[in-house]
Amino acid sequence: MLQLSQVSKLFFPGTADEKIALMGIDLTLNAGDFVTVIGSNGAGKSTLMNVISGVMTPDAGQVRIEGSVIHHLPEYRRSCWIGRVFQDPMAGTAPHMTIEENLAMAYARGKSRGLQFGVTSKKRVFFQQQLKRLDIGLENRLRAKVGQLSGGERQALSLLMATFTEPQILLLDEHTAALDPARAELITRLTDSIVREMKLTTLMVTHNMEQAIRLGNRLIMMDKGRIILDVNEQRKKELTVELLLREFEQISGHKLADDRIVFGGLNVTLRDN
Amino acid sequence: MLNSLYGAVELGLLYALMSLGVYITFRILDFPDLTVDGSFVTGGGIAAIMITQGYSPFLAGLAAFGGGAAAGACTGLLHTKGKINGLLSGILMMIALYSINMRIMGTPNISLLGTDIPFFSISQAGTRILLIAIGVILIKLLLDAFLHTDLGLALRATGDNARMIRSFGANTDNTIILGISLSNGLVALSGALITQQSGFADISMGLGMIVIGLASVIIGEAIFGTRNVFFATLAAVLGSIVYRIIVALALRIEWLNTSDLKLITALIVIVALVLPSAQRSWRLRNVSKKRTAELAGPTSQQSVGGER
Repeated sequence: MLQLSQVSKLFFPGTADEKIALMGIDLTLNAGDFVTVIGSNGAGKSTLMNVISGVMTPDAGQVRIEGSVIHHLPEYRRSCWIGRVFQDPMAGTAPHMTIEENLAMAYARGKSRGLQFGVTSKKRVFFQQQLKRLDIGLENRLRAKVGQLSGGERQALSLLMATFTEPQILLLDEHTAALDPARAELITRLTDSIVREMKLTTLMVTHNMEQAIRLGNRLIMMDKGRIILDVNEQRKKELTVELLLREFEQISGHKLADDRIVFGGLNVTLRDN
Repeated sequence: MLNSLYGAVELGLLYALMSLGVYITFRILDFPDLTVDGSFVTGGGIAAIMITQGYSPFLAGLAAFGGGAAAGACTGLLHTKGKINGLLSGILMMIALYSINMRIMGTPNISLLGTDIPFFSISQAGTRILLIAIGVILIKLLLDAFLHTDLGLALRATGDNARMIRSFGANTDNTIILGISLSNGLVALSGALITQQSGFADISMGLGMIVIGLASVIIGEAIFGTRNVFFATLAAVLGSIVYRIIVALALRIEWLNTSDLKLITALIVIVALVLPSAQRSWRLRNVSKKRTAELAGPTSQQSVGGER
């Protein structure tokens, strides 16, 4: 369970560039919730992720996971609860190390790292089993360097590395945005099946409206550092992209402006502000 | 000729520990660590003092490793906790170590003449080199094994993708400190062995050591490749030997002075650093030219076909 209460974050406080990144965010994810997050540029989606994962500390408010207060802990210590996939397919893996070594490092998440061998024959069998779930042939390339994989393969591996140790919270930060449509679809499908199968509590930021509606059991919309819309499972089933856009305009009083937003399968970009 | 070759291989093996240390910081952590110039002398100085006071050379080597590791830890702390630029923290430590090394040694030069050093007094060069080689290979294999442990993987990932390994719970500050520490431990051990082999320690024996280390690592990589950790560390060891052979050959050229060596070493490193990137961009340009021609080829043929 993830709980944010009255979380706020300012950028450049006290200067001319002062900007509200998050303001009084209250958000509770129950165990097994899969929440998608959408919003304009600068709505605070990434900051929300960063405040939870520990890249930033909030200026005010509390972040709790499974009851423990965590917002003062450094990033590396929060990792025992949190699995993460980044937008950049290069960010989640170490390119000059092999697939099995990368998996071994992910396997050690939340454990103390000592002088036992990272890859053992027992772990190798387990890694192979896990890689089979991706169904892209990586199980036969355990000793290949990750740098030789394509962006889509690397992101699939990152997704597996973030999830196969069953973290309490899974954070997905636009993890399909940097991929071409076919690969993005593969990763979306894998995400859906893995999260469902392992019943992971998940927070996913996305620019793809259709994806945000299709995946998960709850949808929140952010604007100017606040959560302006929270759609529950019941209402989410009836949601369409048009309805969502209209709702956004009504609540926020301006159009959803995001230069990278994706409506459904088509890459339509909005250029008006 | 054969004698100088033997000498080169022996020196190369002893300096190989230093180039393994440089490999850890320069290649694994991607951290150009200038502490090496100071910690090499720290190792030599500690060994010289301990041996002249009657301690066993083995214990002296161990203490040298500890001294170097402590110096490296300081550099790591300056860089991670003090947030000082990597190059500058190394330079600061190198300068600080000059004074510390003088304090350790008491005088700028300590001779081990008259003291009995069991290992290096084996008169037969072949046997001596074999024994040294076994010792160096043992340390190389230990390092290989360490780099495959959970902690070793985290160390390697710190240089490869720090953000990723942090997201999996490794404290990258600690892995950086550990890596620099281990590196300088090996460098100091190398200094201790060189002191035992040459029979003296000198306050300026570390001058330019980092460049020699870099040259060894780069030469080794160019000749022997870096397919995986095993080959990368092997390349560092063999590169050190090749470097010493090059030096021995260079010294046989009449119009070269011993003091020209540092210039030659610097030139080797410069060439080795510039050449691969120039080669890469040249190759890339060729490949893109070729691919463009290939991709353009079929369409032009099609248009020819359409005319008929």
